[in-house]
Amino acid sequence: MVLECKHVWNHISGYLDGTLDAAVLADVQNHLEHCEICSAILDSTRNILILVADDRVFELPLGFSERLHSRLDEELSGLAPAENPTS
Amino acid sequence: MHSLAENTESRNEVEMIALILGGQPHLFHDLIRPYERSVYAMALSFLHNEADAEDAAQEAFLKAYRKLGSFRGESKFSTWLITITLNEARGRLRRMKGRTMESLDEPPDEHGGNSPALLRDWREIPSEVLERQEVRQLLQEAVNALPPLYREIVMLRDVEELNIAEAAEVLQVTTATIKVRLHRARIMLQKTLAPHLKTMTAQTKSKKGWFRWS
Repeated sequence: MVLECKHVWNHISGYLDGTLDAAVLADVQNHLEHCEICSAILDSTRNILILVADDRVFELPLGFSERLHSRLDEELSGLAPAENPTS
Repeated sequence: MHSLAENTESRNEVEMIALILGGQPHLFHDLIRPYERSVYAMALSFLHNEADAEDAAQEAFLKAYRKLGSFRGESKFSTWLITITLNEARGRLRRMKGRTMESLDEPPDEHGGNSPALLRDWREIPSEVLERQEVRQLLQEAVNALPPLYREIVMLRDVEELNIAEAAEVLQVTTATIKVRLHRARIMLQKTLAPHLKTMTAQTKSKKGWFRWS
């Protein structure tokens, strides 16, 4: 089946996740081979997701670990957590 | 890269949890160490403020410790922990509602047009651009600006790299719903970010030596 660009856009996320049905995948791939706009949209989306997933985007503030573990120490110096908490 | 998905391998967390519950609470430090960034990032994406996010993250870890006895091992510890974090962040957001005006409900344009930014070509942007604070900030702000429903799925799936089934478990929705929201969220990100990033890299090309990451 020949797909229009608009229909291809609906499959970009599924394409990236590899969750498209074989028939849809074939149609999308066929379209991508001939359409530079859809190819650019796909490539840019993939690229952006790789950048967003990078550790540097959501970095821990300085001293985060130290503050966290010292707060945990206060809690841990109490009793061990209950085997079956009631709350 | 340290995503939630990768961290859970090669550690016997069920055993660690049994030891903690059996009287070695100090092992909780080691249990959670791989998840500090994930929990913080999740909280930050909701609360938009480093101090609030840090406090929410600490609270989520404390709650996880207190509730550890109720962890049944049916899901991965990471999935369980991120669920606690999500609930903590959502709860705080609700309490702050007067301040933020943000709604956790379906955005009104849920069924509206959702089309990507149209480009004729795309030149691969290397991750070295993330050396620049302004690029990191641009990406963070684009994620934070998504409506909550879409933000949480991007955080779980694309930042924390949970699989679709795990994300569905955390958000208590079907995998079909996850796929639909994920698609919309990714297109929104592409629409916001592609034109900006393209301009930024074009600048790099025209002003040689302007990038100083080498």
